[in-house]
Amino acid sequence: MAEFLFEIGLEEVPARMIAGAEKELRERVVAMLERERLVRAGVAAKSFSTPRRLAVWVGEVAARQADVREEMTGPAVKIAYKDGVPTAAAQAFAKKAGVEVSALKTVQTPKGEYLAATAVKAGRAAAEVIAEEMPKELAGIYWAKNMVWRAGRPERFVRPVKWLVCLLGNDTVPVSFAGKTAGRESRGHRVLHGDEPVPIVAPGEYEPALMTAKVMADVEARRHKIRKALDHVTRAGGRTSEPALRWREDHGLVDTVTHLTEWPTVVMGGFEPEFLPLPEEVLVTVMRDHQKYFAVERDGKLAAHFLTVLNTETDAKGEAVIRHGNEKVLHARFTDAKFFWEFDQRVPLTERVALLEKVTFQKELGSYAAKSERVRAVAKKLAEKSAKRSAKLDAAALDDAARLAKTDLTTDMVKEFTELQGEVGGLYARAQRHAEPVAAAIYDQYRPAGMEDRIPRTAEGQLLAISDKADTIAGMFGLGLEPTGSKDPFALRRAANGIVKILAEGGLPLTLGDVADAATADEKVRVKMEVFFAERLEFYLREAKGQAYDVVKAVLAAGANDVRDAVARAEAVTAVRGSEDFAAVSAAFKRMKNILAQAAEKGIKIEHGKAHAGEVHATQRQLADAAGKIGAQFKANAARHEYVPAMELIAGLRGPVDAFFDQVMVMDPDAAVRNARLALLAGLVETFSKIADFSEIVTAG
Amino acid sequence: MQGIASEKKALTFQELVFRLTKFWADRGCVLQQPYDVEVGAGTMSPDTFLRVLGPKPVRIAYTQPSRRPADGRYGENPNRLYRHTQLQLILKPPPENIQELYLESLQAMGIDLREHDIKFEEDNWEWPVGGAWGVGWQVMLDGLEITQFTYFQQCGGMDLDPICGEITYGMERIAQFLQDAPSIYDVVWAVEPDTGRKVTYGEIQLAGEQQWSAYSFDYADVPKLWEHLRLYEAECLELLERAKGFGEMDRLALTRFPVLGAYELALKCSHVFNLLDARGAISVTERVGVMARIRALVIGVAKAYAAQGEALSSMAS
Repeated sequence: MAEFLFEIGLEEVPARMIAGAEKELRERVVAMLERERLVRAGVAAKSFSTPRRLAVWVGEVAARQADVREEMTGPAVKIAYKDGVPTAAAQAFAKKAGVEVSALKTVQTPKGEYLAATAVKAGRAAAEVIAEEMPKELAGIYWAKNMVWRAGRPERFVRPVKWLVCLLGNDTVPVSFAGKTAGRESRGHRVLHGDEPVPIVAPGEYEPALMTAKVMADVEARRHKIRKALDHVTRAGGRTSEPALRWREDHGLVDTVTHLTEWPTVVMGGFEPEFLPLPEEVLVTVMRDHQKYFAVERDGKLAAHFLTVLNTETDAKGEAVIRHGNEKVLHARFTDAKFFWEFDQRVPLTERVALLEKVTFQKELGSYAAKSERVRAVAKKLAEKSAKRSAKLDAAALDDAARLAKTDLTTDMVKEFTELQGEVGGLYARAQRHAEPVAAAIYDQYRPAGMEDRIPRTAEGQLLAISDKADTIAGMFGLGLEPTGSKDPFALRRAANGIVKILAEGGLPLTLGDVADAATADEKVRVKMEVFFAERLEFYLREAKGQAYDVVKAVLAAGANDVRDAVARAEAVTAVRGSEDFAAVSAAFKRMKNILAQAAEKGIKIEHGKAHAGEVHATQRQLADAAGKIGAQFKANAARHEYVPAMELIAGLRGPVDAFFDQVMVMDPDAAVRNARLALLAGLVETFSKIADFSEIVTAG
Repeated sequence: MQGIASEKKALTFQELVFRLTKFWADRGCVLQQPYDVEVGAGTMSPDTFLRVLGPKPVRIAYTQPSRRPADGRYGENPNRLYRHTQLQLILKPPPENIQELYLESLQAMGIDLREHDIKFEEDNWEWPVGGAWGVGWQVMLDGLEITQFTYFQQCGGMDLDPICGEITYGMERIAQFLQDAPSIYDVVWAVEPDTGRKVTYGEIQLAGEQQWSAYSFDYADVPKLWEHLRLYEAECLELLERAKGFGEMDRLALTRFPVLGAYELALKCSHVFNLLDARGAISVTERVGVMARIRALVIGVAKAYAAQGEALSSMAS
C-alpha cells in the first residue's frame, strides 16, 4: 500500500472552470482506482488546484491488483474424454481457463459430471494499470471550452499541457498524455519561484513542496487566506478616528479571485472622493465586473477605497507600484463614468424621447419610439383593469415611466455599461426630479432578470415590466418568431417567465389572459400567447415552486389563467395529497370521471334538476346531502383562494362516496334513476374540477 | 506618484517599440512593416489573417496602427484613441515556452515582474466577420489590460493545423503605464539625442486624433460611404467569382491572381462599415445584414487563398 499523487500542469485555466474540473478529476481517479481494484471503497482522497494545475492525492493504493480466481464450468466429462484421452473439447476448455489439461477437475452437477477449472487472472502492477487508465480519464474531463495546440490536432484540452507528475509511493508512474510523460517535477510560482522545477519526493510532500515554491495548492486554504487578508488590510487601512472600514462581502468575487491566484495577497487602493456622488450601481459595476475589486464601506456607505487581490507578494515598494497602477486604471474608468453621467444629463430624458425614433427595436416592429408608444397603451389598459379591481396605483406615474423607460438607451452611460440599462434610466429620472414612482418603475423595468431575481418593487414598476415584456412577445409572435425547441434568440421565454413571476409574487389583480388581451388585438396571436403563458406558468410551478409534475398538470387543467390562484391550488393539493382520505376521494373522482365519460360515449345526455319518481338509494341521498352541506362553505373557501380547507371538505366526503360506490350501480337500467345518479356525479365532478383535475394525480398502487 | 517611474528611467514610446521588435527579431521573427490599408487590428493585416492559414510555419512581428472610428474622442480623452498602435506577433506553430518568452519580453521593456501583479485572465478572442476565433487570455498588469494572447483555432471558417499563437501588445497603454503619464498625449514619444528635447505623443498624433474624429463623427458623407461600400463589395465579389476558375488557369495566371487584391477590397469594406457605424448611420438590425455581407467577402478571400495555395502546390507536383 502506498500514497498516490497525480498532477497535471497547464497554461492558465479559466477561473470559472477550475472547481468543476478539480472535482471531476478527483472523482475519476478514485473511481478508476476502485474499478481496477487498487483501492477499497471510501479511500481517503484530496484534490488541489491553482490556475496552472489540477492534482489528486489518494491515501492507500495497492502496489498490485490481487489475483482474481474464477471458477469455470466446461463440457460434460462424457464428451471431454474418449477412452481416457482428452478430446478437443477438453483442450479448448483448458485453454479458455488458462490451465493445463491435467489441471482440469470434475464437478458433479444435476445434469451429470462436468469439467471444471479455476481460472486465475493475474493481477497487474498498479503502475501498469494507472499508466494505461489515466490518459483515458484525463481525456474524458469536461471543459466548457477546449482547444487544440499540437500539430495534427491529436487531442483537445482546456489549455496546453505543460507537465505531469505521477507518484505511487516514492516511484514515478510513466503516465503519458498530450505529448508529456509524468515524472516527479512540478513547477512553482512563475515570478516568486521562477522556472526551476520543484521535485516532489513523495505524495505526502506535494503540498509543502509547493508552498516552499510559493504555490498554495489547497483551494480552501487559499480562499481563507484571501478572506483574512481582505479583513486585515481593510482594518489596517482605516484611521482610528473614523468609523471602521469594512469590505463588502462578495462570495462570487472571492471565488473568482481564489481561482485566479497561486499565491494571493491583498492591497488596498483609493479613489478620488469626487466620484462618490456617482450612483453606487455604477461605481460597483466598474469595480467588481470590470476590475475584480472589492468595494469598501464605512457605516454601510461606499467609501473611496477598493481592495485588489494580487497573484504575488512583494515588499512595500512593489505594493506601492501595484497600488498606483490599479488606482490609475480605476481613476480612468471612473472619470469616463463621471463624464458620461454629467454629459448625458445635458439632454434630459424628456428630450431624448424623440431620439428613440432613430433607435431600431426590430426591423418590422420599428423604433424604440414606436415600442414605447405601444407599451404605454398596454400599460394603460392593464392599469385601468387593475384600478377597477381596486388596486392602488399612480396611473400618471406609470404613463410617464412608459414614455421615458427606453430613453436611457441613447445615453453614453448605457452604451458603455450596457448591463446597467434600466437602472441608469431610473437613476437619471431621479436625478432629473421625476416623481419617485416614475424613477422606481424605470429602474426596475427589466426585472426579474431570472427566476432567482426580485420582481419590481412597486405596482407601477410591475405594470411597466409586464407591459414591456408582453409587447415584445406579442410583436415577435405576430411576426412568427416564436421560440423553438432550442432557439429563443429574443429571450421570450425569460420575458414570459418574468410576467408569471410578477403576477405570482406582486399584488396586481391581473390574469395572464388580461395581459395577452392588452398586448395584442390579433386573435391568433392572443391565443398563441395564452398557450405560451400557460406553458411558462407550468414551468414556474414546477421550477420555482417545486410542485410535482402531476399536481401541476392537475391544477392547470382546472385553469391556467390566474397565476396566484393556480399557485394556491397547487400548494393546497400538495398539502393534502398525502392523506388517505384525499387519496380515496381522488380515486373516486377518477372513477366518477370515467363513468361520465362512458355515459357521454353512449350518447347519454344528463338532465340536471330533473326529479324522478321512485326510491333514491340511501347512500345516494346521503352523498347528495353531504355534498349539499359542504357546498356553500366550499364555494366561500374557493372564492377566498382558501384551498386547503376546501380540499379538506372534499376529503370529508370520503365516507359517503365510498358507500355510494360500494352499494350503488350508477348505470341503472332505469333511465330516470341513471340520470339522477349521473347528474349527482356530474355536479360533484364539476365542483371539484374547479380546484384541479384530480384524475391527473398519481396515486400509489 | 511621480517618484515611481522616474527611479528607473522609463523608455520612450519609440524605444519600447525598438526593444520589443528587437526582442522578437532575436528570437526568429521576421520584422514586417505595418499594412498600408486601413485595418482595425493587427489581426486583419494579411500578414496575420492569410499567413495563419495553411501548413507553412510563420514567425513574424510588426507594429500596426489600428483604426477604430467609434473610439475617436477628438483628442480629448486621455485614454482612448481613434487610432492606436498594436504590436502584433504571430508564432506558427506556437513554441513550447511561448508564455515564458512573453514574460521575458515584458522584462525587455523594463518591467520588473517582481514589482508587479501579472494575471492571465480568460478572454477568448473572436472575429466573426473573419470566421476566426481562438482561445486565450487578456494579460493584466496591475489591473490594466496590456496584451491579448490567443491560440487561434479557426480562421476564414477553416480549422487551423498547425495553429498559431498570436500576441498583441497595446503599445500606448504600455508606454503610458511605464511612463506613468496622466494622459496618452503626455507620453514621451522620443527624446532628440542632440537637443534633449522631448517629443510627446500629442505632438505627433493630436492633430490626427482631432481631425479623424471630426471626419468620422461629423463630416463623413454617409451616402458616399454607402456607395464606396457598394463599389468595393461588387468588385471583390467579381474577383471571388473569377477565383472559382483556378482549375482552368495556367501557372502564371494562377500565381498572379490577385487574391491579395480582393482582400484589400474586403478590408476597405470593413473600414467603411466602421465609419458608417461611428456616424450612427447603421441601425442595430441593419448591422447584422451588413456584417454578413462583409463576412462573405472575407471568408471568400480566405477560401480563395487556400484554394490558390493548393492549386499551386498540386501544379508543382
